[in-house]
Amino acid sequence: MEAGQVKRLKGRPYSTDDERREVSRLLKIDSLQTYFFSAAGVVKAVDGISLDINQGETIAIVGESGCGKSVSALSILRLVADPPGRIIGGSIRFRDRDLLKLSEEEIREVRGKDIAMVFQEPMTSLNPVLTIGRQLTETMEQHLDMTHDQAVARAVELLGMVGISDPARRLRQYPHHFSGGMRQRVMIAMALCCEPKLIIADEPTTALDVTVQAQILELMKDLTQRLGVALIIITHNLGIVARYADRVNVMYAGRIIESGTAHEIYHHPHHPYTLALLRSVPRMDQPRRARLDPVEGQPPDLSRLGAGCSFHPRCGFAIARCASQSPPLERIDGGDHLAACFEADNVAKSMARSS
Amino acid sequence: MTPMEPTGAVRQSAEAAVQVSTVVPDVALEHRRQSERRVALAPELVTIRDLKMHFPVIEGALFSKEVARVKAVDGINLTIRKGETLGLVGESGCGKTTTGRCILRLEHPTGGEILFDGKNLVDLDQKSMQALRQKIQVIFQDPYSSLNPRMKIGEIISEPMKVHGTEPNKAARDARVAELLRLCGLDPKFADRYPHEMSGGQRQRVGIARALSVRPEFIICDEAISALDVSIQAQIINLLEDLREQFGLTYLFIAHDLSVVRHLCHRVAVMYLGKIVELADCDELYSNPLHPYTQALLAAVPVPDPDLERARAHRIVKGEVPSPMNPPKGCVFHPRCPLAVDCCAKIVPEFRELRPGHWVACSVI
Repeated sequence: MEAGQVKRLKGRPYSTDDERREVSRLLKIDSLQTYFFSAAGVVKAVDGISLDINQGETIAIVGESGCGKSVSALSILRLVADPPGRIIGGSIRFRDRDLLKLSEEEIREVRGKDIAMVFQEPMTSLNPVLTIGRQLTETMEQHLDMTHDQAVARAVELLGMVGISDPARRLRQYPHHFSGGMRQRVMIAMALCCEPKLIIADEPTTALDVTVQAQILELMKDLTQRLGVALIIITHNLGIVARYADRVNVMYAGRIIESGTAHEIYHHPHHPYTLALLRSVPRMDQPRRARLDPVEGQPPDLSRLGAGCSFHPRCGFAIARCASQSPPLERIDGGDHLAACFEADNVAKSMARSS
Repeated sequence: MTPMEPTGAVRQSAEAAVQVSTVVPDVALEHRRQSERRVALAPELVTIRDLKMHFPVIEGALFSKEVARVKAVDGINLTIRKGETLGLVGESGCGKTTTGRCILRLEHPTGGEILFDGKNLVDLDQKSMQALRQKIQVIFQDPYSSLNPRMKIGEIISEPMKVHGTEPNKAARDARVAELLRLCGLDPKFADRYPHEMSGGQRQRVGIARALSVRPEFIICDEAISALDVSIQAQIINLLEDLREQFGLTYLFIAHDLSVVRHLCHRVAVMYLGKIVELADCDELYSNPLHPYTQALLAAVPVPDPDLERARAHRIVKGEVPSPMNPPKGCVFHPRCPLAVDCCAKIVPEFRELRPGHWVACSVI
């Protein structure tokens, strides 16, 4: 899909896959490190993650609380509070600019205009004392040089687009007049208002009920496809990822430990954590099992990570080497599927045996 | 993909499944089925008849008057058998938590009766209710706000024993705390720690240990695992199952996660806007949902398999849950219902048994 949207230059066929990808690449994160410096020590919340996103693509970052997925998202827009947090290494290239090298003025121009965000809690991310209309038009007046009347007209149009009925009247209302699902629709309208190239949605439906969750996710999928916006979904819900993401990145303890297409990740996982996550959830599509296979133990304390693979204390596949060396994220079979595990082949075999 | 491929894949997986079940019979699953059959014949522990919980909405400070009523629970009937786990599912605001709170008498119901072991909890005075609470315990959703941050774990777990006087001797209480911690998969040394020193999963284990401390018969799990991470959820689900087995506990499992409910429960009741719309055995409800709301709920749950997800038709129910202050006339679901006909707006559907053990409140089907 993403390749189809790129116009090929006449008479110059793509020489390699890599080159074609370069043309449509929107965002490239390279070895990003975001640390938090606290009295108790240094918390390596994001420790060297790399990922790409192409135009119009939907990717997912999956992981449990504290794995660094939200901090990664905040780092892209440089929204990590400093102190205590600081981006200490890596680069984030958005089209042709390194976002980490922009001045405070310049990054403000990017926020909301080129890259927009949808947060988890629509109640806390909307200002309770301003009307919905004011909050929508403010961004447009700031970024698009619109007059107030133009901005209001566009706000009405946007609210209609996200499925809010009677938008002109609703513009004058405050966030507390809206239900949770409706607030999240407003957040999406706000994210879309400057026609961004990329939307980062951080747990966009976690606070919502299942039927409303399905509505919001379908809306986001429709709008991003229709407008050609790329989307990063950050979530802990493996079902949502399966339905919406083209590529999936699994995070554990501040690192991406596996990355690949949704099909590869769900059907041929090569990292024991991914395998364990998939096995630990009760599934409606399979016969009922007598017992669940939980991941034993607790996630590690990010301020006290030792040498070696951070998953090895909970891992059933661990070998002696895992305690001392940290496995790099490597290509599997030379393809686009990456995994950071010394025993990746054994994990894949175990999955093949069980299914 | 040719249309032939999926058929081949399905056949293959069906063959594989047959192979697995003949080579290694799933002993645990068979054991579970047996216990399910046993539970179906067990006597009733809790019987709820026409339970109503209406909250008044009051306006005006000096000449205050009731202007409306929030019908959180509006005439529900349920039975829970001894040793059974009954799932109560629905979206936020449907009244599932209020039902649990009524059974605990944290709310005083406005109507109906709740029979526990033959005693009607609605009529009991404070003192006899207090004594009965030893048999009915609760595990709350949020492991952060349900433990007192100023008390040590040991004090938190021994508090119910002090209140009910089950272990008057301090040494015996401490021994019991250590035993309970071990039972719930925690180190007995945790008794000297404070809640903030523990992770969410560990705190929820403390909440379970506290509920178990007075040897209850019936435990209400109110979204007990919703706040936990996926890998920790599975640990707690297994713990709840083990404890049920070991102590013959009865659970009312209130949750919104339908896949967890399917795994854990014997029977499931689906609530919508203060009413039960469907009630059936777990396998029956999931394989053959009859009420359009249950169907919508099940269709809305995304399944962790990208190939299946993308091939599946998504019928998404419109709109949101209306306010329980002013619920729709007739069938409460009719404004969102894809099957609604004219009479749905007028007639309140009867809750009837369409098949043995499968109850539905819908006049269309």
